[in-house]
Amino acid sequence: MTAAIEVQNLRCEFRVRTGVMSQEKRVIAVDNVTFSVPAGSVLGVVGESGCGKSTLARLILGLLKPTAGTVLVDGRSLFDLDRKARARLIQPVFQDPFASLNPRRRIKDIVALPLAAQGTFSRGEIERRVGGILERVGLSAAMGERMPAQLSGGQRQRAAIARALVLEPRIVICDEPTSALDVSVQAQILNLLADLRRDLGLTYLFISHNLAVVEHVASEVAVMYLGRFVERNETDALFRTPRHPYTKALLESVLTPEPGKGVPDIGLGDTMPDPSNIPPGCRFNPRCRIAVERCRHETPTPMVRPPAGMVECHLA
Amino acid sequence: MSTLLEIEGLEVTFGRTAAVRGASFRVERGETHCLVGESGCGKSVSALAVMSLLARGGQRSAKKMSFAGTDLTSLSDREMARIRGNRMAMIFQEPMTSLNPAFTIGSQMAEVMTRHKGGSRAAALDRAAELMARVGITAPGMRLGQFPHQLSGGLRQRVMIAMALMCDPELLIADEPTTALDVTVQAQILRLLAGLKRELGLSILLITHDLGIVARVADHVSVMYAGEVVERAPTAELFRAPQHPYTRGLLSCVPVPGRVQRDRPLGSIPGVVPAIGAGFAGCAFRSRCGHADETCTRAIPRRQAGDAHDYLCRLEPDWAEPQPA
Ligand SMILES: Nc1ncnc2c1ncn2[C@@H]1O[C@H](COP(=O)(O)OP(=O)(O)OP(=O)(O)O)[C@@H](O)[C@H]1O
Ligand SMILES: Nc1ncnc2c1ncn2[C@@H]1O[C@H](COP(=O)(O)OP(=O)(O)OP(=O)(O)O)[C@@H](O)[C@H]1O
Ligand code: SF4
Ligand code: SF4
Ligand SMILES: [Mg+2]
Ligand SMILES: [Mg+2]
Repeated sequence: MTAAIEVQNLRCEFRVRTGVMSQEKRVIAVDNVTFSVPAGSVLGVVGESGCGKSTLARLILGLLKPTAGTVLVDGRSLFDLDRKARARLIQPVFQDPFASLNPRRRIKDIVALPLAAQGTFSRGEIERRVGGILERVGLSAAMGERMPAQLSGGQRQRAAIARALVLEPRIVICDEPTSALDVSVQAQILNLLADLRRDLGLTYLFISHNLAVVEHVASEVAVMYLGRFVERNETDALFRTPRHPYTKALLESVLTPEPGKGVPDIGLGDTMPDPSNIPPGCRFNPRCRIAVERCRHETPTPMVRPPAGMVECHLA
Repeated sequence: MSTLLEIEGLEVTFGRTAAVRGASFRVERGETHCLVGESGCGKSVSALAVMSLLARGGQRSAKKMSFAGTDLTSLSDREMARIRGNRMAMIFQEPMTSLNPAFTIGSQMAEVMTRHKGGSRAAALDRAAELMARVGITAPGMRLGQFPHQLSGGLRQRVMIAMALMCDPELLIADEPTTALDVTVQAQILRLLAGLKRELGLSILLITHDLGIVARVADHVSVMYAGEVVERAPTAELFRAPQHPYTRGLLSCVPVPGRVQRDRPLGSIPGVVPAIGAGFAGCAFRSRCGHADETCTRAIPRRQAGDAHDYLCRLEPDWAEPQPA
């Protein structure tokens, strides 16, 4: 099977200056990542805030030039495609719907834009498709007449999803597509994404903090920590037998709806990792509950663990 | 316990749209009160109405709106501005709308403090760095010098939380404060808020659609639907004995990792919230409710299901779901 997304040794650095006099720092947001996503499947990406998920999404979308490494989408570099072809191939749904919707246009015009930009659809066809997709994401025709500021957070997110799907692209990069939605609307959107995948054979890269959602939609899950994939496996296997200590901590942090249980302290400490200062050895070692001496100077390499899956940990 | 914030019969309209329709809830001192409900039901607008921060075109009225004994409806803009950001602070749902892209994080945080409390900019920056460390931001010195677009979504959200705490508010209104965060950071932030509540007696009005969070941190819960509070209850009671059909529907569609059935669609409440204009009567949930009958088009009684537990529905308390034959 051909890979819809093929990523090789991808690296992305940002240089930030913290003050007039101070030194420039290098933030390594994505650190030498390699993976592929087979056509028609869903790769779920989970990981700590700031670990590089959105940066990875922007690299795949060709919105950001990598410092090193390559990204192939449907076997080609996006930099070789014109904008129209690119738009039919791959579309994003971003985390912050407010920032990604033009505040001066009506919702239905925002959703129509990708169709209009193709220059091949008649006005009637555009209207029909826009109406159809708005309905599928649960927005009434009256909502389509409004400006973004006149919608609630969740309604705006649905508009962003409608805009991404209206062209029926082959690949959709979803960055927290449903985190602004309540459970019922979230379920409606995820069921829609699942239907479209089945009907049209779409491929998704699906970034989310909601592990139950990822478990439901993903065929495979990658766990990202400080710019690297530290574990990857088929969804069921990852949830049933997490191997990396960070994956285990993630799963333990989920708040199930059980009153009186409080919020667990999962023992990761109170400081966050700093991508401008990645620790030597295993990058997780300062927070790892089971770290041994070796973890402080020797970097673990990706190891395949039968029957499938990959993990970067000396003890897994 | 005494009441810090009491809202009764809050109405907000935008032109012909009724965004909030007679919502009532109260936040006791030192408690965490959660506001939950369907996307678009009026949670953010209610919070913004309390803060007097409604967008242009928003009209507010209320039978009662009191904060620490002060009638909020009687305050002038200047008096309200002195309370806002100071005794009552808000974390907004979209951090980018409340952070100014043209200024560094440090200067925005310092400004909040010097405006309300005076003092030097250096002292304000120290406090900013201290609070950033408390919300789990490493290298606060570096982050203070950065601009909002240089931070990840989660970092921005933590900056917003630290900024809201600059002036030691009595009431913190937090609109979806952790939706942009991963679960480990979420747990950390919620523990932080619980600590502030315990140590400083902070009261929190928490808006969220994550029922896992509600269960773990709320003392009381108000469930909103189409601009109304349709059920109010102490947290344990709401989860044990939900009364309103909407609440029951909502609780039944929460997915839990490890218990997800992958080959089935996720559970949801069919249909969408109807557009509600002036003159709407009866129960707004009736187009989606399996128990609706003709009485649901008339005025709906508020029923008592326990001491602090009431709901808005024609059905008697502890009504039973009909068993499939
Ligand atoms: N334009 C930029 N300039 C400087 N640093 C940046 C820039 N964009 C991202 N970064 C940094 O790169 C790191 C990764 O950011 P990214 O947005 O990819 O994280 P993320 O995993 O999406 O986090 P979240 O879950 O919080 O959205 C962060 O430390 C962030 O501050
Ligand atoms: N400026 C505005 N002009 C017109 N209508 C508005 C405006 N702001 C909000 N609304 C409408 O008011 C209703 C309530 O919006 P609100 O933002 O309070 O929803 P919410 O409960 O916070 O939802 P979410 O969970 O999606 O954030 C929505 O139907 C929304 O479309
Ligand atoms: S390599 Fe060592 S520090 Fe890293 S995750 Fe494994 S046990 Fe923990
Ligand atoms: S009042 Fe009627 S329509 Fe409304 S929730 Fe109760 S039974 Fe359903
Ligand atoms: Mg992100
Ligand atoms: Mg809202």
